[in-house]
Amino acid sequence: MTAETQGSRSDITTAVPPWWRDERKRGLAAQILVGLILAGAIWFLIRNLLVNQERLGVPMSFRFLDGPAGFQLSFAAISVTLDSPISRILLVGALNTLLAAAITAVLATVLGVVIGIARLSNNWLISRLAGVYIEALRNTPLLLQLVFWYSSVVAALPAVKGSLNLFNVIFLNKKGLYVPDPVLQPGAGAVFVALVVAVAGSVVLRRWARKRQEATGQRFPVFAASVLLIIALPTIVSLILGNPIEWDVPVLGGFNFAGGLAFQPEVVALIVGLGLNSSAFIAEIIRGGILAISHGQTEASLALGLKPRWALRLVVIPQAQRIVIPPMVSQYLNVVKNSTLAGFIGYPDLFAVIGTSQNQTGRAVECIAIMMVFYLGVSLIISTVLNWYNKRVALVER
Amino acid sequence: MADTTANNNLNAQMEPGLRPSLPPPTIETGAIGWVRHNLFSGWLNTLLTVFAIYILYLVIPPFVSWAFINATWTVPPLAAGAADHPPQFGDCRANAGACWIFVEARLPQFIYGFYPAPERWRVDIVFVILALSVVGLLSERFKFKRQLGIFFFTAFPVLAFWLLYGGLGLEVVETRLWGGFMLTLILSGIGIVFSLPLGVLLALGRRSELPVVHMLCVLLIEFVRGVPLLTILFMANVMLPFFLPPGVEFNVLLRVLLGVTIFAAAYMAEVVRGGLQALPKGQYEGAMAMGLGYWQMMRLIILPQALRIAIPGIVNNFISLAQDTTLVAIVGLYDFLNIVRAGSRDTNWLGTEIEGYAFCALVYWVFCFAMSRYSMHLERKLHTGHKKR
Repeated sequence: MTAETQGSRSDITTAVPPWWRDERKRGLAAQILVGLILAGAIWFLIRNLLVNQERLGVPMSFRFLDGPAGFQLSFAAISVTLDSPISRILLVGALNTLLAAAITAVLATVLGVVIGIARLSNNWLISRLAGVYIEALRNTPLLLQLVFWYSSVVAALPAVKGSLNLFNVIFLNKKGLYVPDPVLQPGAGAVFVALVVAVAGSVVLRRWARKRQEATGQRFPVFAASVLLIIALPTIVSLILGNPIEWDVPVLGGFNFAGGLAFQPEVVALIVGLGLNSSAFIAEIIRGGILAISHGQTEASLALGLKPRWALRLVVIPQAQRIVIPPMVSQYLNVVKNSTLAGFIGYPDLFAVIGTSQNQTGRAVECIAIMMVFYLGVSLIISTVLNWYNKRVALVER
Repeated sequence: MADTTANNNLNAQMEPGLRPSLPPPTIETGAIGWVRHNLFSGWLNTLLTVFAIYILYLVIPPFVSWAFINATWTVPPLAAGAADHPPQFGDCRANAGACWIFVEARLPQFIYGFYPAPERWRVDIVFVILALSVVGLLSERFKFKRQLGIFFFTAFPVLAFWLLYGGLGLEVVETRLWGGFMLTLILSGIGIVFSLPLGVLLALGRRSELPVVHMLCVLLIEFVRGVPLLTILFMANVMLPFFLPPGVEFNVLLRVLLGVTIFAAAYMAEVVRGGLQALPKGQYEGAMAMGLGYWQMMRLIILPQALRIAIPGIVNNFISLAQDTTLVAIVGLYDFLNIVRAGSRDTNWLGTEIEGYAFCALVYWVFCFAMSRYSMHLERKLHTGHKKR
């Protein structure tokens, strides 16, 4: 009996558990299995791709990019003709995407901040109005909004004769938006240099003012001074050089406006639709950021004698800024991604242009590869830059 | 007179500070006080109120007159001598407002797409079961939730597919005839049901300590999140045939479903990961100390809590998924929005785009708004922490 017990005890201590009971070995086995399945799947897909391309007689090649496109674009950021190679057409598409996304992002940010703050306003009517705006735009599909703006509102605009008119320089009608076009004369470069100098100067001014405030406690009206500097310096330079930038103002001709910079209805509808939609999302981000700041912060600053406006500006907003940045990054990424919907209303962004090129050349795999590289690249660049900014403003915790 | 003297006497007898408190001035209470506080508390506030009223004045009267007062609700009687014709936009010319008979005439198509009329009862049955199950699953008092849940996620999809597609005694209705609101529901429903478990798996994979699994999940999630949905649909439609053996073909609806589900799953994975990260480490350690294995720990301890934290994000994802299904128009499917657009391009109905879009927007709005309100309600119900307001 004793011998038996002892025997079994030594069995327990020396017995090696089977390998599938060892977590590390099991993990290794699982990974090898996943790796094998993955490699097999990739091999299977690539082999199919090669077989199919052989069968259809379109081996993988990017040489089609040099061929003439043979189709025209309704809007182009840089000049392009029917004979332009496909590569140039794709470049135009990419620029169109970036242009639309950039304008939309600026518009949406300004509008979103205003509406987000309006949503928190003490004024019941204003906060309700902002709420209705946000809920209406967030709960309907973006595509629906775009086609609505395009075919309904743009179509409801007045004809050329009865154009909506702003100070006789900006006109809006069925055929689009007309704004003055800057024409550069010799010497225009100096004005731009003055502008850059003014911007750089205001950055320096801001740093100096902050240092002075930290050292002496005296405040300096940085914002007003910067605005004055940025407006005044280029104006003075321009006056000295005799107005080297002339404005080509659109003029009503026989059937349409001549001169000026024209934006077709597609462009206007895209920017308005995308901008309003994103502004609703940005408004919610702003509101969330401000609400996330503990109420004690506001109460403490009011107790210190700050007026509500200053409490918001000096205490709440600087803290809310940090919370708001990460969701804003993904919202800007969304703007770029959502700009692919432009094709539905006839704005030639990269996605629409690639779709047409693919249709004409049959080069599906190559076209999709270009598209993926572009969108992934833009996403990566935007998120890298903004993450760097986020890291800079984030609280350094010890 | 006698009253006042009595009051004065009363006051005279009271010690200072013991007088009964007077009611607040009427100007500070009731409707007047509310208006003063909320609309006219300062010059800026007054200005804003006037501005808001001006905007309302610009928007509401024209809208009401377009949508209700001047709208055409029913087909007008035939004018003497006019040829009999199906309802069309011309019937609305008499009124300046909205032409709602367009929506009325096209409603069956908006709901069922090109589904053959004699077979539409099958779709109706699916709608009814779906609606009843959702109500049962979401209501708080329903007792057989567990059984209903099992039925809803196992038997119902099979039943719904049999009813919608046919076979086994029912006439087969090809998927290319599916469309309208029904197609939108199918796309969103399948996307929602499959993207959540797939997203949970991806999130677990991303947090896994096995490098191969981790890398694979990170690559998949970041790739899908880095490109627009349209490019994924385009890829599923145009490029997938290149990667399949010659002769193998996928139904276009299936390809789109695949694209939509993978897209939604990647976003879901990030929301679930947020929930997993928000759990204190003690939960993991506690579960391991109890001797639970990885899957037991996840199933019994971690996921129930993490998913609860992630509910608002998950529902937000469902809402964007439902809205994103409108993009399937790019591969030529007629979902709800696309069929409304197609309807207003019909030569009989040219000029009815605004009516179509307004109707479409209303339907989407009701569904999405209801979902977001339900998620807020859940959030409040499940909220156990301490938070201001």
